[in-house]
Amino acid sequence: MNINLTLFGQMIAFAVFVAFCMKYVWPAITSIMEERADKIADGLDAADRAMRDLEIAQNKASDQLKEAKQEAAALLEQANKRANQIIEEAKDQARTEGDRLKQSAQAEIEQEVNRAREELRAKVATLALAGAEKILEASIDENANRELVDKLAAQL
Amino acid sequence: MAGGTQTTTDYIQHHLQNWVYGRHPDGTWGFAHSSQEAAEMGFWAIHVDSMAWSIGLGLVFCWLFRKAASKATAGVPGGFQNAIEYIVEFVGGTVKDSFHGHSKLVGPLALTVFVWVFLMNLMDLIPVDLIPYAAQKFGQYALGMDPHHVYFKIVPTTDVNIPAGMALGVFALMIFYGFKVKGPGYVKDFILHPFNHWAFIPVNLFMEVVGLLAKPFSLALRLFGNMFAGEMIFILIATMYSAGLILGIFGGFLQLGWAIFHILIITLQAFIFMVLTIVYLSMSHEDH
Repeated sequence: MNINLTLFGQMIAFAVFVAFCMKYVWPAITSIMEERADKIADGLDAADRAMRDLEIAQNKASDQLKEAKQEAAALLEQANKRANQIIEEAKDQARTEGDRLKQSAQAEIEQEVNRAREELRAKVATLALAGAEKILEASIDENANRELVDKLAAQL
Repeated sequence: MAGGTQTTTDYIQHHLQNWVYGRHPDGTWGFAHSSQEAAEMGFWAIHVDSMAWSIGLGLVFCWLFRKAASKATAGVPGGFQNAIEYIVEFVGGTVKDSFHGHSKLVGPLALTVFVWVFLMNLMDLIPVDLIPYAAQKFGQYALGMDPHHVYFKIVPTTDVNIPAGMALGVFALMIFYGFKVKGPGYVKDFILHPFNHWAFIPVNLFMEVVGLLAKPFSLALRLFGNMFAGEMIFILIATMYSAGLILGIFGGFLQLGWAIFHILIITLQAFIFMVLTIVYLSMSHEDH
């Protein structure tokens, strides 16, 4: 081992290479690595955020679904109730209408009967008079027998 | 292998000799043709192979990482970018763990140290004779040199100058940041520490200076020692190839096993060099 000028040659070469590395290699590579690290961190953050957003959206959607179901159930119930009510109302109406019709029909019938009876009564009186006229063939005093005939007609 | 006329000692010595360019004792400059000539050059010489591999691998590092940096996107990274970013992140994490302070230098410094030292250590895994042998043939036939005068070591970190050069660079940064962060108070670390009394100033100075100098020495010698020892074992195993068929095959398996184990060592040594660099710089950033 003999020390000679090579020592200084190596020192100079060392200094040159370190300077080169310091100027052209190290800053470029480390800055790019830092940039990439930042990028990856941002990406991970974004992914986390997206996951959180997704969770929130899913919760929201399921909440809305639940709400909508409840609303639908409420509406259905209400509709059923309303339908029953309508049916009941219709039934009531039909019943009252029927009753009314029956009553008016009965009243009409009664009226008809009364009228028929009156007519019959009037006709019987006339017929009885005519019959009596014919039977007697004589002109009995109409006025004298009138009372008798009316009595007879009223008995019908 | 190294040829039948060589003895084992010659073979090993040949492998441990760098390719040297320097000033001959007579004042002329040129390549050393033998270990002796190289030794005579003393300080005024340069290891051409170490420098070439070290700078070449440093350029490979710069090219690879610059390519990744210029093509990098913050989007989905490709395989190559991913690999580079993995290394950068690993180094960055180690810096964050060990370095308590703010510095634009320590990160790139640690990255350069780690990757560069790793690449230089990695040369140890190339079969020990392959490139020196090729260089020998190239020198012999293309350049007309004596093949025994072609020396070519391909693992720069087994040349003590290379780890020492880097350790000295780190040492200079330690002193620089010590003064930059603590100002003149940095001197107090040496004269009033660990015994805070004026009478102990010489003792303190001695202990602290030894402690300070031990840092670059341990940094350089740990890497050099490990890599040199590993290379030495590769060379020793390689000498078995000239000792017959059975020993040769056995040596082949030894070579493989040692290489697999060495994958761990080269990575670990690069990592240790990086961590110690960070820790030493962190210490000179700390205020007591």
